[in-house]
Amino acid sequence: MASNQEPINTFSSRIAVLPEANIDTDQIIPARFLTTTSRKGLGVAAFNDWRYEKDGTPKPDFILNTIDPEEHRVLVGGNNFGCGSSREHAPWALTDYGFKAVISTEIADIFTSNSLKNGLLPIVVTPEIHENLLKNPQQRVTIDLESNELRLEDGTVFIFKIEAFARQCLLEGVDAMGWLINRLPAIETYENEHAA
Amino acid sequence: MSDQPKSLFDKVWEKHIVEDESADRPAVLYIDLHLVHEVTSPQAFSAIEERGLKVRRPDRTFATLDHSTPTLPPNEKGERPYFTADAKNQVETLERNTKNHGVKLFGWGSENRGVVHVMGPEMGLTQPGMTVVCGDSHTSTHGAFGCIAFGIGTSEVGHVLATQCLAQRKPKTMRITVTGELQAGVSGKDVALTIINRLGFGGGTGYALEYCGPVIDALDMEGRMTVCNLSIEAGARCGMIAPDQKTIEWLRGRAYVPSDYEAAATEWLKLKSDDGAVFDDEITIDGSVIEPMATWGTTPDQGAPISQAVPVASNENEAKALKYMHFGGGDARGLAKVDVVFIGSCTNGRMADLRAAAEIMKGRHIAEGVRMLVVPGSEQVRAEAVAEGLDKIFTDAGAEWRLPGCSMCIAMNGDFVQPGQLAVSTSNRNFEGRQGPGARTVLASPATAAASAIAGHITDPRTYLQSA
Repeated sequence: MASNQEPINTFSSRIAVLPEANIDTDQIIPARFLTTTSRKGLGVAAFNDWRYEKDGTPKPDFILNTIDPEEHRVLVGGNNFGCGSSREHAPWALTDYGFKAVISTEIADIFTSNSLKNGLLPIVVTPEIHENLLKNPQQRVTIDLESNELRLEDGTVFIFKIEAFARQCLLEGVDAMGWLINRLPAIETYENEHAA
Repeated sequence: MSDQPKSLFDKVWEKHIVEDESADRPAVLYIDLHLVHEVTSPQAFSAIEERGLKVRRPDRTFATLDHSTPTLPPNEKGERPYFTADAKNQVETLERNTKNHGVKLFGWGSENRGVVHVMGPEMGLTQPGMTVVCGDSHTSTHGAFGCIAFGIGTSEVGHVLATQCLAQRKPKTMRITVTGELQAGVSGKDVALTIINRLGFGGGTGYALEYCGPVIDALDMEGRMTVCNLSIEAGARCGMIAPDQKTIEWLRGRAYVPSDYEAAATEWLKLKSDDGAVFDDEITIDGSVIEPMATWGTTPDQGAPISQAVPVASNENEAKALKYMHFGGGDARGLAKVDVVFIGSCTNGRMADLRAAAEIMKGRHIAEGVRMLVVPGSEQVRAEAVAEGLDKIFTDAGAEWRLPGCSMCIAMNGDFVQPGQLAVSTSNRNFEGRQGPGARTVLASPATAAASAIAGHITDPRTYLQSA
């Protein structure tokens, strides 16, 4: 399998909290930024319409304008994060900004799938863990993909679920295309058996 | 196991399994039809080219231009009025990629170009029992033909280009039964907005939906496509409806259907959930009480019958949505003045949609101060509408009749709603800024959008249907 991105194992980071519910991918990256033909460079436009005034001036109180992306690798969103459009530009924008994980009580299916392919960990937590994060937005957390643990600053440990194959790809820093290409003999057999 | 009753989803899924899933491996799912457009494909073509690969099954891959494309005609020099140089580059990139890889493109100049989810069915590319994917969340539309159809990201577009397969886990299933009979003036859009309101914005996350019951049976194919199209607005990647005689007749004679059509049709009609099939969840909705709907908030589940007042916020989320929309809880829906009306999109850009709007607009004029865009979903729809004289009805009423494309639904081609303006739109998302920065969107049916354009405020279409 070809190398796709840096392997993820364990990292600690402060959190950045955006408590709004239903943060859709149009908010994460508005459609007018989708005319790019590259995967890179979208971080500057992440949350563009919440982050900048109409004249392009950064809004001083918006979270992405107040934090250091090097220090804040974990985005905590409100319920039902990443809903709406299938644009992979959403995780591209978040990882380009600097995020390595997104935490919410519910994360949309396509966004989850897209994130896992781009080294962005989607972590679904219980309402109790979520509340702890929202109430203590200055905290530092540790995410350990080997043990599937999210460790909060107060010592609380939460075991998160992540699809086994995607987890292995993230740990090894490989992508699923290579794995699928290795399945080609079986795919050809299937095609021969199902030829109309 | 094989004697157990199965759902429609299970039957189509099992038929497409190349390798079944296990605890540590997803299934390898075969994809019959891959639809491609200019926005979510450039990085996928780059990804396979970086590996030295070609598109593996160009015969199962079809492309069109819809999202970034201008809806105004070219100038006298033949130059298209692209919104940005990037938009033009994106279109040209797809033209180049499809040429290099031998993929059929319904592009500029093709009489079959259209919004990808309008084009696929009308070309007969979408056929019952297929797996259909596209880098677009409204791919669920094709489920109206009994397909497993779902949106994918650009990485997965690359996977399908390279292997014609996807690594997938089987989702849970939910059956949604809509009972009774719809009232006059109530459409598939109103059914869908009612279902989403009931499920909640994330209520379908993790599920494949199957719609059934007498209301679904009675809908025409366009109405069924609208219902399946909006599955993703409840969080479900996929929604499907079992094929019936309507499906067979709708597809008959279309360009890409099998040559032995009767034999294919016989097989297609077998595709339905067995009696006793088990679903992970089931809900039932009384279709006889559904009324024309309009959203009041900033997610598609935040909708209510137009006859009811704007709801009073019951939580912070709703309060934030009402504030953005400048709506007061308890206000009558008709209080809000409408600035823009948009009819079109993969949700409601088909002939039945345009006819429903034209029926209300015929012989009437849009209210002063309203700007109205009617954007057919495809070149085929445009030609048929012109042949029926619908374009004349719209332009006589004061609306703009544009070239096919996604247009004001996603607002990335220059067709924007201006900041602060209120739009009644037949599209699929009322998110903050979806139709342009600061735009306020109310989702509704084509009939409601047309009625609202005439009246100048959000209006129940039955007002005009009864007086017609």
